[in-house]
Amino acid sequence: MSDRRKASKLLRREAFEGYLCIAPWLIGLVFLTLGPVVFSFIMSLHRWDMIKPAQYVGLSNYATIFTDDFRFRQSLKVTAIYAACAVPLGMICSLALAMLLNLNVRGMRIFRSIFYIPAILPGVAVAMVWLTVFRPQGGVLNTLLGYLHIPPQPWLTDPRTALPSFIIMSLWGVGGGMIIYLAGLQSVPTQLYEAAEIDGAGSFSKFRNVTLPMISPTILFNLIMGVIGSFQVFTSSFILTQGGPGYATLFYVLYLYQKAFKYLQMGYACALAWILFAVILALTLVVLKSSAAWVYYEAELKR
Amino acid sequence: MSVQTAVVKAVNRRRRIKPWIVLAYAALIIGSIISLIPFFWMVTSSFKDPSKVFADPPQWWPKPWLWSNYAKAFEKMPFALYTWNTVKITATCLVGQLLSCSLVAFGFARMRFPGRDILFIVLLSTMMLPAQVTMIPVFKIFATLGWYDTFLPLTVPAFFGSAFFVFLLRQYFMTIPHEMDEAARIDGASTWQVYWRVLLPQAKPALATVAIFSFMAHWNDFLGPLIYLSTPAKRTLALGLYAFQGQYSTDWNYLMAASTVVMLPLLILFFAAQKYFIQGVVISGVKG
Repeated sequence: MSDRRKASKLLRREAFEGYLCIAPWLIGLVFLTLGPVVFSFIMSLHRWDMIKPAQYVGLSNYATIFTDDFRFRQSLKVTAIYAACAVPLGMICSLALAMLLNLNVRGMRIFRSIFYIPAILPGVAVAMVWLTVFRPQGGVLNTLLGYLHIPPQPWLTDPRTALPSFIIMSLWGVGGGMIIYLAGLQSVPTQLYEAAEIDGAGSFSKFRNVTLPMISPTILFNLIMGVIGSFQVFTSSFILTQGGPGYATLFYVLYLYQKAFKYLQMGYACALAWILFAVILALTLVVLKSSAAWVYYEAELKR
Repeated sequence: MSVQTAVVKAVNRRRRIKPWIVLAYAALIIGSIISLIPFFWMVTSSFKDPSKVFADPPQWWPKPWLWSNYAKAFEKMPFALYTWNTVKITATCLVGQLLSCSLVAFGFARMRFPGRDILFIVLLSTMMLPAQVTMIPVFKIFATLGWYDTFLPLTVPAFFGSAFFVFLLRQYFMTIPHEMDEAARIDGASTWQVYWRVLLPQAKPALATVAIFSFMAHWNDFLGPLIYLSTPAKRTLALGLYAFQGQYSTDWNYLMAASTVVMLPLLILFFAAQKYFIQGVVISGVKG
């Protein structure tokens, strides 16, 4: 009896200490995540400039966004086009680089560093550098094109080439994805390749039937992270173009920022944030749902 | 198979492989050059005469090398002050995140309490939430507390853990054998001693990864300082660089000198701790 009471006392003590351990996160969860999430949703139903008291307007923010907001549609379009181009291109480039590095070439570490470093640098400084690279007169990109006898392009200064410029710039940061792929490639058991060779598989067939299925979980991860990341582009568009020329590079989060901190339409910006959340969530779910068809989990087969 | 045919086969194979390797090197070298050109352009521009940055024909190599550009950039932008501000914020966040995330991760990995597994799922699902959803209410909270234009909104959240780092550390703690803490408990160690004396020293590689990613996130942060700081003397390097561009948008050589200086600490950190950078990316990709 006394032993059992002692044991339950110990358990209660452990539970108490356990809650104490996770207390920092629990407090943060309530005040910096859950509370703000609820508050954000309530405020999306208000007209609110953070100075005067908020005014309840029902769903009218959402109604305006969906029926009468050119810039919302434009920013969604810009972001969607960017995501649709930059994500697949980035995934192909990072996988290609990873496969090249996986050939056990000499100097692999040096190449790996060169490709990875751009991904860790401060976005502001990176944007400054690309501002000079893209400069139409005397910028390094047009200079190099000149050597190839390609006429100079207006890049960031023309609505038609501005968004493609961002896509080009995004390729500079493929190093992060490359390292994840490289780890995935290195974990493919060599016996599988040997077995495929015995069966007479060529390089392409080995890639198609061994490499791709084995790294498909990694592809899924990079795809989801890429989609989420491309819907949250902010710093580069803020510094390079402020959304211009016209609204050609008005990325969604830039528009949200402008609504909140330039025009002080906080309620409206909250509504925009919820729509962003819904879009990201929907895309993630679609990708996850589709993954059942193309992602191969080794453990599944063993079960 | 006779020895002869084996040798012939080996030679053939080597011959067959060679063009592939040459092509791979060519691709890697071309890729590296493309990747390095922006850096090259930034560094050389930072030493050029302002009239030569966008000269036609282009000047690929500065003539003469104007080291004075750096001195002038330092005069125009209070680098020391901005660096000090950034160091203060980054260091505070680093300490806060290491302490809070490791403690929370310890709780999830080692303690038994009701609701633990559900709470861990909640933790994982908060990673899905885009920061933009909570950005405005959190801004309102900090403004109400009178923290606008102070470093507090940038540093205090670090003390409440970050879902991704907690996850990463918890996974690492799970790989440390329980016998270690049981032995310490039999010797009379309290929960806190087990955390501080047994698990933390074991988890150094994971802590290093968290430290590096936390450093990178806060050193590079732009949106946070942009929203919360208004006094010029409180600017961080990222914000200062942005303001510098607004003021001296035609002095590209100074701007490039400033950008180089802002990038430098990260480059040094990368080469000093490359292993942990790579490890961190790999862990996030493989386990995420």
